Amino acid sequence: MKNPINGLNKNFESRIRLGVMSILMVNEEISFNDLKQVLEVTDGNLATHLINLEENGFLKVHKGFIGRKTNTTYSITRPGEKAFNDHIAVLENMIKGIK
Amino acid sequence: MEDKNQQPLETLQDIKQIMERSSRFISLSGLSGIAAGICALTGVFLVTQKIDCWKIGNCLLNRLASEEGLDLKRELYLIAAGTFTAAFILAFFFTWLRSRKNNVPIWGHVARRLMWSVAIPLIAGGFFLYQMIELKQYELIAPGCLIFYGLALVNASRHTLSEVRYLGYLEILLGLINCRMIGYGLYFWAIGFGVFHIIYGSIMWWKYERNS
Repeated sequence: MKNPINGLNKNFESRIRLGVMSILMVNEEISFNDLKQVLEVTDGNLATHLINLEENGFLKVHKGFIGRKTNTTYSITRPGEKAFNDHIAVLENMIKGIK
Repeated sequence: MEDKNQQPLETLQDIKQIMERSSRFISLSGLSGIAAGICALTGVFLVTQKIDCWKIGNCLLNRLASEEGLDLKRELYLIAAGTFTAAFILAFFFTWLRSRKNNVPIWGHVARRLMWSVAIPLIAGGFFLYQMIELKQYELIAPGCLIFYGLALVNASRHTLSEVRYLGYLEILLGLINCRMIGYGLYFWAIGFGVFHIIYGSIMWWKYERNS
């Protein structure tokens, strides 16, 4: 029998990465600062995870300006959505498996 | 083993919570609704003290349109402005309290979105109704307020507690009925801005805040 745990996405083992993906699923676009506020993490910590997610092609980065301040926003990609949904499906199956 | 089995459920619950927290303004307190409703009822009561013939129906409209209505109009504006300010401050206060309790910042991207979604129908409606007053078309002001307010609530419900939607539907329905019962606007305001707010606020408080 196939172990359902194999279906879990390794990239989402980190709670912060999973948190970022959850937020991007329900927000069309969100800024770095808003992400930081919701997740309650430090700049450096969040930045590292965002780079990882970007390299995996799960999110898109948009660099913009508000006045002179940089305003970086993030949005989810199609592969990102799929990876997230698959991950959720596995979690749900694991719960059903118990019952 | 037991411990491992618990994990996926917890993770899913966390995900749900974070989705909600990042996309909806959930600090809106039921007490805000109750307070706003009480302010509205007080305002309506004060107005009835000014207008003795309000029970008859549309006598108010004729008086407002006449020359002598000017002073009365000014007084009514003052009551309206006072009622709105008091309702707004109290509503803000209880929501601020709750957001502090929940440890959620009151001003973030969700609050910003919520504000815009409320503001657009209200500003457009406010401008429209103001123009109608300028043209001395008083008949549809009361139902107009209810309808635009209802639309604002329905629009805002995407960014806050989704139950707000039903309050919005009720306000719109009440406004539409009021369209067919011109002159009884004060009754409708008492129901829409007073009674409905108090009922809505009580239900929300019972549902979400009673235990916290």
